[in-house]
Amino acid sequence: MTSKSTASISKTEIFRRTFRRLASPFKQVPALGWLIAGLVVALLELFFGEILANLMGLDKLPALFGSLIIFRKPSLEFPFIFNDLGVIGAVIIYDLLIYAIPFFLVAWLTKGLTNKLSWIIYKRSTWISVLFHIALLYIVLRIWTDISTYRELVTRLTMIAVIVTLSLNVINGYMGEFSTSHPGFMAVGAYVTSVFTIALFTNSNYFGDAKLPASWAPFLFPIALLLGGAVASVSALVVAIPSFRTRGDYLAIISLAFMFIVKSFFENLEVVGGPRGLGGQPDLASFPVIFVWMALGIWIINNFVRSTLGKALNAVRDDELAADAMTVNTRKTKMTAFLFGAFWAGLAGGLLAHVLRYINPGSFALQKLAEVLAMVYFGGLNSVLGSIVGAVSINLLGEALRPLELYKWIVIPVILILVMIYRPTGLIAFREFDMAEIVKPKDMRMMEGDDATS
Amino acid sequence: MPLLEVRHMTHYFGGLRAVHDFNFSIEKGDIRGLIGPNGAGKSTIFNLITGIYRPTEGDVLLHGQSIVGLHPHQIAAKGLGRTFQNLRLWRHMTVLEHVKMARYSKLTYGLVGAFFDTRKRRREEAEAEEVARHLLDLLGVYNVAHELVTNLPYGMQRRVEMARALAIEPQILFLDEPTAGMNPEELAEMMDIIRQVHEQFGLAIFLIEHRMKFVMELCERIQTLVFGEVIAEGTPEEIQNNPKVIEAYLGEEVAF
Ligand SMILES: Nc1ncnc2c1ncn2[C@@H]1O[C@H](COP(=O)(O)OP(=O)(O)O)[C@@H](O)[C@H]1O
Ligand SMILES: [Mg+2]
Repeated sequence: MTSKSTASISKTEIFRRTFRRLASPFKQVPALGWLIAGLVVALLELFFGEILANLMGLDKLPALFGSLIIFRKPSLEFPFIFNDLGVIGAVIIYDLLIYAIPFFLVAWLTKGLTNKLSWIIYKRSTWISVLFHIALLYIVLRIWTDISTYRELVTRLTMIAVIVTLSLNVINGYMGEFSTSHPGFMAVGAYVTSVFTIALFTNSNYFGDAKLPASWAPFLFPIALLLGGAVASVSALVVAIPSFRTRGDYLAIISLAFMFIVKSFFENLEVVGGPRGLGGQPDLASFPVIFVWMALGIWIINNFVRSTLGKALNAVRDDELAADAMTVNTRKTKMTAFLFGAFWAGLAGGLLAHVLRYINPGSFALQKLAEVLAMVYFGGLNSVLGSIVGAVSINLLGEALRPLELYKWIVIPVILILVMIYRPTGLIAFREFDMAEIVKPKDMRMMEGDDATS
Repeated sequence: MPLLEVRHMTHYFGGLRAVHDFNFSIEKGDIRGLIGPNGAGKSTIFNLITGIYRPTEGDVLLHGQSIVGLHPHQIAAKGLGRTFQNLRLWRHMTVLEHVKMARYSKLTYGLVGAFFDTRKRRREEAEAEEVARHLLDLLGVYNVAHELVTNLPYGMQRRVEMARALAIEPQILFLDEPTAGMNPEELAEMMDIIRQVHEQFGLAIFLIEHRMKFVMELCERIQTLVFGEVIAEGTPEEIQNNPKVIEAYLGEEVAF
């Protein structure tokens, strides 16, 4: 009887059960617990990372969990694309000792304390609690990225990717259209913002001497970014007006055309360097600046998609005629969402230009489009958390597989295809993202106990 | 002046004349029925009045003012609520979200509220939720408020659609075959629900129905449509005994 029922359990079910059993001790770890564990891990690496790496015979500290060390150029000899087994072993031991073991151990050991602490803050005000968690996340990331400039750069680019992914999810996920114009909006934002800052704050061949003291730049940079976003948004009208006038699937075609038109436009615009591109942007997109914009972006986009005005997008996607008959102004809804998405893409483009401090039209084309689409569809449609996960994982994966060079573009699509087969809407699709829920303590007994005593 | 009046409405789909010279008027508190064989043009009449199609000829007047040419969402916001013959629900949305969505035209917080989660937005969303919950309660679907509609049995989906139509605070409710696909038990419940909302909100109701018993019991006046033309109009008794109606229904399995 028992053996028969066990036999009928599928492999995925066994996998799921094992996972659940492994995860169960961590069910009651609150978000605060994970952040504290992250803090401990970051400090551990700061103080002992170098020593351990040397002990293990690694010439430097693994920048991204050792992924760059594990892989090397593909070869036909064993172990093919992998580095020597000794080196891999060293990396794995490093990851276990610095990351995995302390991380889970601390999260588990402190869960009583962290639950109590998060309840104390949560009780006071949800707002304070959310801000406290964000601040802690910032500190952890800051310590972790301070160790290596490469790591810092990857993190900054990833945070920008989060904004781009979310903004495309609004259109392709929440609204259910298929837009491919995002690289175009990013290009518009990148160029507008760059011209603004280069012309005002630097001495350049193109725009002459600086017009304002460089010390003003950090304060005017938000305006430059908002302007970039706004111009991207206005340029989105070129796509939105013809696409949303009639029902039908013209958006995919028109938006793709838009992306190529924007590329050729900047290629032919000699005042911004034409195909050679535009460089020399002042160094304004620092880690904290990008972090703040990302947090703002997540907050505003999440507010929007959770409001009834934003959920109208879902109604339009699932049945436009019914939405119309239920008083939803469908055309306005679609236009708003499209321009809103374009705004954030433009703003992200502006940030990107000031991280790379060089842009050219060619970098806002098909490859960028493939990346952004991959992040949206991998992470999950109609989900803020999905977009965050998608942007982070595809970015890290892209970096990790960098040594594979061209083969990277085989591995990533294969992973995407697998996701499409097994989870057609992405990893974490159709889920609401509620910060207030996330920062709650996870041990409910403690909350009840508190109520009883008060 | 009638609440809603339709004058000489005619509609062509290409060469097909789906509706011909349709006239209709309804007052507050009336329940009107529209019957007729499949393909007679009944749903088309609803779609014409609610703005989904624009009539080729004729006029639709609400409180004496023409609403022809307005967008469906504008017409709906003026108080024309409806359900659909083949349910049109939003498959990724919960029951509560459905009913809240129909409050769209009542929300004034705008994009600022939507983006920045202002106090006004919280207040208006809370109000919308209260209205929605009240309607869910009335229609007996309160306990599934957070379910996706696709997880509900058919009869419940019909009620959700009705709650959604009521959330726009209609003056006239258009019900397109509200009992289609229902078993006798669900049918009796639906009849109670219609009576109840009619009483409670003092609505005018315009009802398309296939099951004779249902229309006969609910409606004060009935029109019979065949090939887009009204062939008979009157009280349930008059319709029931009208030879033209009986002829039109010959061959159809309809129990009077
Ligand atoms: N959008 C449309 N385009 C073309 N013909 C249509 C359309 N909608 C309905 N029709 C046709 O109009 C006629 C009336 O349809 P309908 O109003 O749905 O009938 P009923 O609701 O009485 O069953 C049918 O012949 C149908 O095929
Ligand atoms: Mg019909």
